Amino acid sequence: MATIPARPQIIAHEVTRPQRGWVSWLTTTDHKKIGILYLATVLVFFVIGGVEALLLRVQLGAPDNTFLTPEKYNQIFTLHGTTMIFLVIVPVWAGFANYFLPLMIGARDVAFPRLNAWSYWMFLFGGLALYASLFFTPPEAGWFSYVPLSLKEYTPSNGQDAWIYMVHLTGLSSILGAINFIATIHNMRAPGMGWGRMPLFVWTILIYAYLIILALTSLAATVTMLLLDRNFGTEFFDPTEGGSALLWQHLFWFFGHPEVYILVLPAFGVFSEILPVFARKPIFGYKAIAAATAGIAFLGMLVWAHHMFATPMSTVVLAFFMLSSFLIAVPTGVKIFNWVATLWRGTVEFRVPLLYSVGGIATFLMGGITGIFLAVFPVDWQLTDTYFVVAHFHYTAFGASAFAMVAALYYWFPKMTGRMMSEGLGKISFWLFLIGFHLTFLIQHSAGLDGMPRRIYEYSNDDWTIMNQISTIGAFVIALSVLLTIINVVRSLKRGPVAGPDPWKANTLEWFTTSPPPENNFDVVPRVRSVEPMKDIRRQIERQTGAPQRFESGKPMVRA
Amino acid sequence: MSGRFPAARPYTADAVAPASSKTRRRLRTLAAVLPAVALGVLVLAPAASAGWFLPESDGSPNADAIRTLYILIALIGLVIFIGVEGLLIYSLFKFRAKRGRVAAQIHGNTQLEIGWTVGAAAILIFLTVFTFLLLDDIKNPAASQIDAEGNPVAANTAYAATDQPPPPEGSASINIRVVGEQYSWSFYYPEVEGEDRVYAYNDMYVPVGMTVTLDVQSKDVVHSWWIPELGGKMDAVPGYTNKTWFRIPLDAIPEGEDRVVYEGQCAELCGRNHANMVARVIGLPFDEYERWRQDKADNLKTAEEEAAQEREQIQSQEDGG
Repeated sequence: MATIPARPQIIAHEVTRPQRGWVSWLTTTDHKKIGILYLATVLVFFVIGGVEALLLRVQLGAPDNTFLTPEKYNQIFTLHGTTMIFLVIVPVWAGFANYFLPLMIGARDVAFPRLNAWSYWMFLFGGLALYASLFFTPPEAGWFSYVPLSLKEYTPSNGQDAWIYMVHLTGLSSILGAINFIATIHNMRAPGMGWGRMPLFVWTILIYAYLIILALTSLAATVTMLLLDRNFGTEFFDPTEGGSALLWQHLFWFFGHPEVYILVLPAFGVFSEILPVFARKPIFGYKAIAAATAGIAFLGMLVWAHHMFATPMSTVVLAFFMLSSFLIAVPTGVKIFNWVATLWRGTVEFRVPLLYSVGGIATFLMGGITGIFLAVFPVDWQLTDTYFVVAHFHYTAFGASAFAMVAALYYWFPKMTGRMMSEGLGKISFWLFLIGFHLTFLIQHSAGLDGMPRRIYEYSNDDWTIMNQISTIGAFVIALSVLLTIINVVRSLKRGPVAGPDPWKANTLEWFTTSPPPENNFDVVPRVRSVEPMKDIRRQIERQTGAPQRFESGKPMVRA
Repeated sequence: MSGRFPAARPYTADAVAPASSKTRRRLRTLAAVLPAVALGVLVLAPAASAGWFLPESDGSPNADAIRTLYILIALIGLVIFIGVEGLLIYSLFKFRAKRGRVAAQIHGNTQLEIGWTVGAAAILIFLTVFTFLLLDDIKNPAASQIDAEGNPVAANTAYAATDQPPPPEGSASINIRVVGEQYSWSFYYPEVEGEDRVYAYNDMYVPVGMTVTLDVQSKDVVHSWWIPELGGKMDAVPGYTNKTWFRIPLDAIPEGEDRVVYEGQCAELCGRNHANMVARVIGLPFDEYERWRQDKADNLKTAEEEAAQEREQIQSQEDGG
């Protein structure tokens, strides 16, 4: 292999001396550093949220358990849900998008780098505001904080106010971040990258950003009303004073359902990037997938009341929300079919990012199917607020978002650090993740069907004991898998094989630059001629130098 | 350069034709066997392990109809599940990277896109139609199996309406006001002219065979009324009245016992003791129910009179002091 051809050199010209040391992390406006800050912070919150989940599972591992007191239990599940949604899954996509969106569209940074830094710091302080409540009384009204339970009369502790401040800070952070992404995507794409040549991950981030602006602004208004009710004597939600307890639920879920798509659409984007790379085949139905993303987002704004089927509503309203929820299944199905068709007649490389992606799709599909049960409102009357729902949304949020999160980590780690993660450790972590997940959550469908409600800190039903024990064991298997992934990250930072600019022979522009990329990303931005610019570039190099650049099926891609 | 790709022949449909016919045969067998297995599992499941695979029900028409609907969706869901997961796993292993294999460079297929969009929509339209066919049985109270004196009557049909209508005209029924509060349920029985007021906590006594309509309310935070075997849950939202109903079958009382008991608990987070906000519905034969109701009325009356007397005593003591 003495004749490795010379690639076109990419040189980062040093203009000013880059700042070094920890101060550079505090003052940085570089999208890549901010991206890493996001991802590192998210990892910490993910571990905290995971430990909370383990505490809950330990409590439920035995009937009539006294491991946690009722108020501790309520506080912990409130923190778990709030952390995973506001401090893990939403910002993890902000983190990956921060790092990769400019690279994928051939830009040198985001449109507003300082605003970007501000977004990150507000997110961090939002998280700290919530966790500061550990030193007094954490919130305990659930991540959905239904009124009147979350009003001062029933939840007097300041933890509820800390929760409101967290929503405000992280919400503002997300909204500003979203504006930034939208401005970047609209204005800073590489020459030739029309809407039809934009990577699908960028498409999903664009839609994610628009959804954030629509949904989180509404949530900000809603929690402001709660803040006023709690502390300044207004009566928006107090039924004894002419307010409405249902108003909160409508406003909250008007945010809450689009939020679900804020969590999963970028995950779909990750799947759509990874599958074609490892199947060595173009994505099947690019336009259909992009259109389905927009379709899901639009319909996702119209289904919020399916979270409220058991509240007082007339049949007409129930039927409307059942039908709109059904409709979402169509574009979602289109995506899944297109992913399967992408694998079809490809040459599938069983690498860790692909395994996590396929595992995520397979798991998400099950969550989608149980979603149909819940959309049928008479059936929902039996299933809502039981462990069936807990299982359902973990199959969607964990199945899509958490699997995609880890897939994205394995896929993009070489670009961010210049080193590969261990494939063997990655495969073990994948199988533990998959088995642990299904062990934990599959049985919860049965617990729900058997009548076990959510959010109960104890039970004394013999049927539920065995179900919960299986679940608890599964939770620890997931924890082991996450631990292995963290070990893999730490080990690979120093000892991983050197990746080079394009270890996967992937399709999008982030692989055009060095790993890790220089501060200005690209000295030269190539003209984009298709949705897979790197394939075009490799073909061009092959033509000009005669040296094969194509990927050969069945041969190891990176030699350690 | 050509030496680097010795086996790179175009990977077309022709090239895989023999394998695919074998596959097709296997798929055909699979397609025949799977629904049969699925059906078998679902038919046997209720008897073998109710509660593990299906929502609970025990003869109340609404709960039974919900279970029927659930089984239908489960069948469709199972077929989709096995089909799509099967295809995913199949294509994953069938098209594994191998030396010399070249991926087909296909960008899409409009007919396929249209096909699976329409297919998915068609399944959902079917589900919608079926839901509305069963909706009347779930939402509208059925006629009682007994009349106001407790005598069995012939079965009646239910009528459709937008909101929960009263039970069919001429059918006897009981309307109970269910009020949730942290952390108990109270039940206010209908007031009858010339009779004393009846209410109870946590245990709701009703006659079997009688349609019971419920007005679900809350005194403080949001609760959710749920007895799994007697149908779906309904939230108790302060400031609103929610409606549901059930009918315990006339023959529900087990052989050799004098009552049938259904258990449930609050299903919406209502505070620290949410896990212990339990409720029971106890079905009695009509005569027993009448006796219970009379005793309850008498007890409540005596208790209220005693309380009134005590209040008077305290009042007079305070006045005297």
